[in-house]
Amino acid sequence: MGAVVDMDAALFAGLCRLGDSTLVLGHRVSEWCGHAPVLEEDIALANTALDLIGQTQMWLGLAGEMEGKARNADALAFHRDVWEFRNLLLVERPNGDFGHTLMRQFLFDAWHQPMLTGLAQSRDARVAEIAAKAGKEVAYHLERSADLVIRLGDGSDESHARMQVALDTLWPYTGEMMTPDATDTALADAGIMPDLVGLQATWDGLVRDVLAEATLAIPDGGFMHKGGKQGQHSEHLGHMLATMQFLPRAYPDATW
Amino acid sequence: MSAEWPLWEIFIRGQHGLNHRHVGSLHAPDAELAMRHARDVYTRRNEGVSIWVVPSSAITASSPSEKGPMFEPSQDKVYRHPSFFDIPDEIGHM
Repeated sequence: MGAVVDMDAALFAGLCRLGDSTLVLGHRVSEWCGHAPVLEEDIALANTALDLIGQTQMWLGLAGEMEGKARNADALAFHRDVWEFRNLLLVERPNGDFGHTLMRQFLFDAWHQPMLTGLAQSRDARVAEIAAKAGKEVAYHLERSADLVIRLGDGSDESHARMQVALDTLWPYTGEMMTPDATDTALADAGIMPDLVGLQATWDGLVRDVLAEATLAIPDGGFMHKGGKQGQHSEHLGHMLATMQFLPRAYPDATW
Repeated sequence: MSAEWPLWEIFIRGQHGLNHRHVGSLHAPDAELAMRHARDVYTRRNEGVSIWVVPSSAITASSPSEKGPMFEPSQDKVYRHPSFFDIPDEIGHM
């Protein structure tokens, strides 16, 4: 007999997992603002970051509404501590160099896009609506990150070496995306969110094709980190939140 | 790095416009990335429905030093403007 799962709590957790992942990745990508190697890529990264923050507002907005404790998206983003965050470990990894950032983006996009396609079929109309809107943005993110991973992987000796290091470093953080826990399973059984195991084949196919074209070798070994979705994070997230949350915490009534 | 990338001229057809208009230029290694950069740089505020990218090197421009011979001769040829016709009232504003 499986554990009884409170569906409201499961949905709140599921929405926080989505919203926290887009928030943390959005903030990470925004750290490039003014630092990208060329102006055009700087603007492209800022666009991606803004798309992700916009999606965060929708996911966390719905989570707050669901929860019914008068917390809006801002309250959830800026007034929770690190152990309350439910984002994937992959997205809290530091930016590294430009190639590293793009590899992280690609590995996430290759999951995010089919995930949103599944979410757009959700039995919960609010979830389906957000996913449909976000899906168009993310289809472009994936097109862009896949293209740049191929160009840099199959580029110069130096860019190839950097992309291979990025892939080797980030690979052990990808398993979490497709490994369901009781919350994921309950949401999938209720038809609210897609079955994560079912996403594996799509993700594998996409990632294998792109990495092959990029002449990059998929690392051996099956060890995968986990815990982000349950609130167990690396030290990097705390540092990021300290920067991200400082202003609204120091000046709670600040407006502009 | 950017110094090695060629320059591209970007033309965008707006929501209501019929023709593509020049909006600016940017650097990109090839046409495909120029298109993507143009999307990211010039259509962020819903400006466009279609983009053309053209290598700046493909454009032949008139020389500023030849401005006189190029354009001044038409200045005193007012008869080239179709402003000497009487427009019948029923036509209205043209």
